[in-house]
Amino acid sequence: MTDTTSQPIPPQRKSFVQQLELDTRLLGMVGAFIILCIGFDFITEGRFLTPRNIFNLTIQTVSVAIMACGMVFIIVTRHIDLSVGALLATCSAIMAMTQTDILPNMMGLGLGHPLIAPITIVVGIAAGALIGAFHGYLVGYLTIPAFIVTLGGLLVWRNVGWFLTRGQTIGPLDETFMAFGGINGTLGPSLSWIVGGVLTVAAIAAMWNGRRSKASHGFPVKPVWAELTLSAIIASAIMGFIWVLNSYEIPTARLRRMFEARGEVMPEGFTTTYGLPISVLLLIGIAIAMTVLARRTRLGRYIFATGGNPDAAELSGINTRMLTVKIFALMGALCAISAVVASARLANHTNDIGTLDELRVIAAAVIGGTALSGGLGTIHGAILGALIMQSLQSGMAMVGVDAPYQNIVVGVVLVAAVLIDIIYRKRTGDH
Amino acid sequence: MTAPLVEMRDMSISFGGIKAVDHVTVDLQPGEVVGLLGHNGAGKSTLIKMLSGAYQPDGGQIFINGEKVTINNPRDARAHNIETIYQTLALADNLDAASNLFLGRELVTPFGLVDDAAMEAETRKIMGRLNPNFQKFNAPVSALSGGQRQSVAIARAVYFNARILIMDEPTAALGPHETQMVAELIQQLKAEGIGIFLIDHDVHQVMNLCDRASVMKNGQLVGTVNVNEVTDDDLLGMIILGKHPHENAA
Repeated sequence: MTDTTSQPIPPQRKSFVQQLELDTRLLGMVGAFIILCIGFDFITEGRFLTPRNIFNLTIQTVSVAIMACGMVFIIVTRHIDLSVGALLATCSAIMAMTQTDILPNMMGLGLGHPLIAPITIVVGIAAGALIGAFHGYLVGYLTIPAFIVTLGGLLVWRNVGWFLTRGQTIGPLDETFMAFGGINGTLGPSLSWIVGGVLTVAAIAAMWNGRRSKASHGFPVKPVWAELTLSAIIASAIMGFIWVLNSYEIPTARLRRMFEARGEVMPEGFTTTYGLPISVLLLIGIAIAMTVLARRTRLGRYIFATGGNPDAAELSGINTRMLTVKIFALMGALCAISAVVASARLANHTNDIGTLDELRVIAAAVIGGTALSGGLGTIHGAILGALIMQSLQSGMAMVGVDAPYQNIVVGVVLVAAVLIDIIYRKRTGDH
Repeated sequence: MTAPLVEMRDMSISFGGIKAVDHVTVDLQPGEVVGLLGHNGAGKSTLIKMLSGAYQPDGGQIFINGEKVTINNPRDARAHNIETIYQTLALADNLDAASNLFLGRELVTPFGLVDDAAMEAETRKIMGRLNPNFQKFNAPVSALSGGQRQSVAIARAVYFNARILIMDEPTAALGPHETQMVAELIQQLKAEGIGIFLIDHDVHQVMNLCDRASVMKNGQLVGTVNVNEVTDDDLLGMIILGKHPHENAA
């Protein structure tokens, strides 16, 4: 290994991991996640790491993970949002009423009209963004602490949802709408492989593009073998994930019903698999968009600058009040998207939908490395945090841990994760 | 006679009934360094924050090249080529040098995305001129020494073709070597025709670096003097007693 940079720095031998320039904190989290999964798999005698369970785990994580993406920006700017679960309920109520009553009956579209799902989702996202923007206005312009605004919001929106639906469960929801729920909307094997291939190519292209851009300015770049190793890891992770989801076969009875619904007869011996759920694809899309927003746009730069030093951001001409409105509006919109996924998964709007989600979302973001002191946090970390929380919960349920112990463990893990993070940052000199 | 580069005329601002700046007038010529002197709380930082857009004055007018301007926020100040190096440096500690240097004025690609590579290249160029020892381009500025952080703040003010530069105690956190570097930089910027307001409470420093000095006490202007016409003691008298040296001589 030779150091090709021209600086008169003594050529330090870098370790394998250092040369890959990976985030060691992220590696630690991935490691913890893998140990957790293998541990549960061992205890459950191989029932945890089955395609079926992994499929279920991913679709159960989506709703919290989508909101955790928005929570990263909220916490990075030193705010908090305790109202996301309640906001999800209100958005879910509005969308349930829109698709089962307002559009089909009052607007006369009739049940099952293809425009019902898209209009409903637009209405829901608009409502979520508007409510979020209102929170942001109270926090940014009227300088009420976000903790108070959203604590009030938790009570208000939980009960606005209740009031709107008079506490009733609303369903069944629109067929197209329910495709976002997980098991009712999957891409099937071939399309899943194509999506996996496209994602792999895009990820590797983005990595090499970054390298080229660095090299064109003459900055030091990673050794080629390191880039190749990373590319291989990325490719196998994505394709491995698709392979697992493509291994989960649709039960024969269910397949037969699907054929009957289309008025066809199922050929004897026919099998197919679920593949990638649309809800997971939605999460992947949101994660990519939010990462680009965080790293490559001015808005993202201002969010992190404001989190690092609000005064400096203000003195640099950044309108931090308007920024607060935008961040909370984005959070509201993401709550609405989560509401689509959550209600579609249940096939109904229920009164208690999203209860305690605010705590899961905050825990996911914090376990994922978002610092409550502001300025630090990543989207992929928050999603991994959500996945760890969900695995812990499903794993314990599978093992047969009693409900009270489950919550005790989750609470302890949250506090321990933050403690480990504090110790890690002290050691590495990160702050 | 040409109009001064900056004239702040009859500026006033109060906070909760306390007159932080009380009818103060100062001016600045191109290529001139004007020192602002006074105790802590004399109002010098407050006065200058009305020029940099951090505060809105209650009264008074600001003229740039003889034209009356309104400065409502830091963005307006930057539009008039007024750059400020704050005493606190105003750096976002979690971001790297390039992100701080271009904060609020990011270079973007044709797609409107921030162009980090281009910004780092520009940062390397200007740091090569200001502080050639600077190497930590990919670390957050929290990992830098006091002097390195100062040079990032200075680079940010100098990079965007400032015509008016405000330096609020630029050497407060620096060692002797770095202080010397700042002094040389001030001479160089002066030679380029940039006007500089230098806030300091080190009389000796002001005597060395400035052409004129305006002294404030309790929010009011004691007076403005040419530094080569007064002694250190005259300036100290103005700061401590609020006495104008020429009245003294009479």
